[in-house]
Amino acid sequence: MYKEIFSKYEPTKDNLIYILHEIQDKHPQHYISEDAVDKVAEYLKVPANHIYGVLTFYTMYSTTPRGKNIIRLCESPPCYIKGTVNILRKLKALLDVEIGETTKDGHFTLELCACLGVCGNAPVMMINEDVYGDLTEEKVEDIIEKYRRAK
Amino acid sequence: MKFYRSHVLVSVSDTSVLAGVHDFIKALRSELAKQKLSDEINVLETGPLGFFGRGICLSVYPEHVNYQDLKIEDIGELVEEHFLKGRPVRRLMLDSFGKFSPKFNYENRIVLRNSGVIDPESIDEYLGTGGYEAWEKALTEMQPMQIVEEVKASGLNGRGGAGFPAGVKWSFTANLEADQKYVVVNADEGEPGTFKDRLIMEGDPHQLIEGLMICARAVGATKAYIYIRGEYKLCIQRLEKALAQCREYGLLGKNILDSGFDLDIDIKIGAGAYVCGEETALIESLEGNRGNPRWKPPFPGVEGLWKKPTVVNNVETLANVPFIIKNGAAAFRKFGTEKCPGTKVYTILGDVAHPGLCEVDMGTTLRTIIDDYAGGMKQGFLFKAALVGGAAGVIISEKYLDVKMDFASLNEYAAVLGSGAILVLNEKESIVDILWSIIRFFRHESCGQCSPCRNGCQSLYNLITKIRKGDGTMDDVEMMITIAETMFGTSFCALGQSPIMAIRSAVENFKDEFIAITNK
Repeated sequence: MYKEIFSKYEPTKDNLIYILHEIQDKHPQHYISEDAVDKVAEYLKVPANHIYGVLTFYTMYSTTPRGKNIIRLCESPPCYIKGTVNILRKLKALLDVEIGETTKDGHFTLELCACLGVCGNAPVMMINEDVYGDLTEEKVEDIIEKYRRAK
Repeated sequence: MKFYRSHVLVSVSDTSVLAGVHDFIKALRSELAKQKLSDEINVLETGPLGFFGRGICLSVYPEHVNYQDLKIEDIGELVEEHFLKGRPVRRLMLDSFGKFSPKFNYENRIVLRNSGVIDPESIDEYLGTGGYEAWEKALTEMQPMQIVEEVKASGLNGRGGAGFPAGVKWSFTANLEADQKYVVVNADEGEPGTFKDRLIMEGDPHQLIEGLMICARAVGATKAYIYIRGEYKLCIQRLEKALAQCREYGLLGKNILDSGFDLDIDIKIGAGAYVCGEETALIESLEGNRGNPRWKPPFPGVEGLWKKPTVVNNVETLANVPFIIKNGAAAFRKFGTEKCPGTKVYTILGDVAHPGLCEVDMGTTLRTIIDDYAGGMKQGFLFKAALVGGAAGVIISEKYLDVKMDFASLNEYAAVLGSGAILVLNEKESIVDILWSIIRFFRHESCGQCSPCRNGCQSLYNLITKIRKGDGTMDDVEMMITIAETMFGTSFCALGQSPIMAIRSAVENFKDEFIAITNK
């Protein structure tokens, strides 16, 4: 897998962010392992601690294994006043997880995130690449059900 | 060319994609075909229409009727009544109110002049509106310093936040000798409640690209980057397509239009960090580092990306440039106020009748924006406060409704203008609660490089959490202001300097609420 990804990018440091994005997307558990950090360090000839620093700085990367579907619920003020709290409570109950945890079946990881720029439809969440807006507790239930059925 | 009786412009933006616009368009086209109207009615995909409406929105030309919140089930009625019989369907129309007639909304536009009017994915349509004429003029008729002088004369202020004059910023870089210079577009829009740049890019990507090209020519940069957040999928797609079209038409690449000038533009995608909206942090991120802001000076204009002179401009700033170069600084100065010429794009959210997007003259009051463009307050709600400028913004009360919104009149509140976010709150919302949410945001987004911000945000969070619970005192409120002031004076970048604005404005404008909750 690494060889294929590396072949697309010159071994320069400015490609680090893209290489990490791709490794994470290709990994079935959507995270970047220690092994991956070593491999990237070797390819770009930068210290592993630099990579770890970058990895832990940006919110889109994870250093721990995650579920098949990643739910990112916006908690910024415009969504917050439109009821993020209720949506979060509903999601926690539906999935039986806390923030940052993965469901036992490995199907979902629940995360909070900052503004997604779709505030006209607050409250908003993203599942993988797709945005869902104007959320209500009923709507959330349907959406989660849809992903469950797509197992 | 085919002639159609009517053109139906359907807004394809993140908002309408959420509502299933792709399936809607498919169904609309097949219904038109069924009624044998395909040769008479042309369905076009366009960007945000400049009014928000809800869900799927479309405009019908030439009669200029706007519909909102359409469902697939409505298509039968819409086609039969409007397109077959010529009777607009009142039930589905976006009601007009006050000055909110589409005409009014289009008159005062620079940045959004094409948004919702042309197909953003077609360079030919952009060319048809006079697009890339300014680029041609800048390349063939003007010297780089003339471009800089024109932008200086226009008085265009940066639309990203601080409102620094764009022409002056360009002149620093233009005057330097260097083997390589860069221009970077800051499209890492992360301020909560802000999405004007997304709408500008979705609605008219070519205009941004043209502005960027002119800037590159003015300062002598042969390489430019658009740094955009990864979540803005539709923008990225449209920008990529637009850049490919430019290369195909010879507007980008080597020896453009035989001028001897080379330029290429790449899109770079961020990885989720609010602080990367700060220009030096953005540059660090482009270089493949943690997005920690750099010490200034040297400013990026002198020593930026890979230590080369780099101009970093916001999307909206650059989107104004083609108009200035094509029509001249004087034409631009007809908009807005003397100290702050031009227009400003706002996104209005919250408890207003028509949350939306508008482009108005600089200096327009908040009252006008809310009443005339957003249709006033939502029925049954009273105005209490507005959070202007997102988290790094201010919470203002009714007495500020008639203050002119421009960089000069807002004085100490001016820095909040750039983001263009207006979040209107009704009388039931708790200011303490909003402030808690804002401070929690800063606590999360502080990059941790400098201690005033790292520790300050945490201390502020502890205090506001205590106050929100009802366990705080007015001394705690005072302490928050002291801490935030210290952060303002000692933090490395604008992030740590920002919390004071929301805190001070909240406490000054809504002191009663803090007194009430601390006396519980």
